[in-house]
Amino acid sequence: MSVLSSLKPTQRARLGTIASYVVGLGVLLFVLLTADWPTITKQFFNPEVAASMFPGIITVALRNTLLYTIVSFVVGSLLGIVLAVLKLTGGPLGWFAVGFIELFRGVPALLTIFAFAYGVPLAFGGNQIPGGSVGAGILGLIVVTGAYSAEIIRAGIQAVHSGQNEAARSLGMTQGQTMFWVILPQALRIVIPPMTNELVMLLKDSSLLFIAGATVFTKELTTFARDSLSTHANPTPLIVAAALYLIVTLPLTWLVGRLEKRLDPKR
Amino acid sequence: MSDLVPTVDSNEPPIRIKDLHKSFGDNEVLKGIDLTVAEGEVVCVIGPSGSGKSTLLRCVNMLEKPTSGSIKLLGAEMTDPDVEVDQVRTHVGMVFQSFNLFPNMTAIGNCIIAQRQVLKRSKAEAIEIAKKNLELVGLGDRMSYHPAKLSGGQQQRVAIARALSMDPKIMLFDEPTAALDPELVGDVLAVMRDLAEAGMTMMVVTHEMMFARDVSDRTIFMDGGVIVEEGPSAELITAPKEERTQVFLKRVLDPTHIEDSELGQTEPD
Repeated sequence: MSVLSSLKPTQRARLGTIASYVVGLGVLLFVLLTADWPTITKQFFNPEVAASMFPGIITVALRNTLLYTIVSFVVGSLLGIVLAVLKLTGGPLGWFAVGFIELFRGVPALLTIFAFAYGVPLAFGGNQIPGGSVGAGILGLIVVTGAYSAEIIRAGIQAVHSGQNEAARSLGMTQGQTMFWVILPQALRIVIPPMTNELVMLLKDSSLLFIAGATVFTKELTTFARDSLSTHANPTPLIVAAALYLIVTLPLTWLVGRLEKRLDPKR
Repeated sequence: MSDLVPTVDSNEPPIRIKDLHKSFGDNEVLKGIDLTVAEGEVVCVIGPSGSGKSTLLRCVNMLEKPTSGSIKLLGAEMTDPDVEVDQVRTHVGMVFQSFNLFPNMTAIGNCIIAQRQVLKRSKAEAIEIAKKNLELVGLGDRMSYHPAKLSGGQQQRVAIARALSMDPKIMLFDEPTAALDPELVGDVLAVMRDLAEAGMTMMVVTHEMMFARDVSDRTIFMDGGVIVEEGPSAELITAPKEERTQVFLKRVLDPTHIEDSELGQTEPD
């Protein structure tokens, strides 16, 4: 205490930095030295197991993951815009939107997909949702994304300054024209960061499609990796799948960050 | 610029307000306003902060819904639910204290959007009219700038050009220079003076007493939600009859003249 208080603030700060590096390095060294490296390599980074997954994991699994994600995101976001506008407009349709949002936001996505895949055929005399298990899965992701993004977009709409609405209305624009041409373009810009978050979550949630059942051709990354794991009795496929998710999400967040900067009207 | 001001085809005066009341909850902001603005007339509304003058202007084109009373714009009863308010508004330009330009559009884009969407003008025609109006307000060289790249005075002039691009018959100004740095006020007032001289029917809520005196035909002094005094502008501003008008003008025209008891109080708006 007396030694510390005798130091200058800059010296104390430097001492703190050095101490945190020492602790960090210590922990890292401990992990590196005590880990069973030969077993780890064989179990998690097994080159033969990893090699056996290619090219299927790219041409089928990654392709399907991206396809399911993009379709669900595009349609789900459009649904979110509609729900957000309806909720703000009020009336019976507004209440419908509120009910829709609360239902699909409050229920786990897994249960929603399950309900579309198995509940709908039960309830409607064996009639499936078009597209079979994949169709049911994507529809599940769409309604969940719609519910979540509706709340994000509603917040974005409300964040647009009320003067924008007044200016447009005073020019004779109708409520609908004002929303479409003035408010929404600004609101969608505001919601780019939370919607990016939503997209990344959706990319990972596409793994929930396994509950609907998948064929050799409709497997996405996680299902593919799980099947591969059972075949080889080795967890390396999980590491490969994780790496592929990161290969998609890291450049994606970087690109969106750039887009955000480009669209900033203050720049 | 007289070609900017189309003649009002109705026999009614452009603005006729009768017994207008407006309350926000329990707070009655307008307590029975009667006001008529004739074609080509320029009317300034002055008064202290909280007097209801901005609310009055915002009621005129129904940005605020009146509690009771009648507002006739170009012969259309705005409080009648069956009147197409959007339709009437296309003939009434409005300029705001905070400009309210669309930040995601360029200056000329701001002037085009409503022409295209509301008046359904062709792209070429809308661009031509927008250019003409931007040149009119002295911003012919700033057409492709976004609002964020323009000064406050330039933004407000774009806002005026945007309103003029709809060929309005009435222009409403809500403290158009209140948010501007002092050295930028002159350019905006000059554009408004040109507009007044061209014969535009104008209603201007303002703190610029010299503008009111020199440019407007009639000035209205409001306080506490009522019209306290009105008359020819030069007369009202240089020789007010009512005591409240006198006190207000004394304070505004000579801010250094402050009674000891008032020191520390400000006059925000």
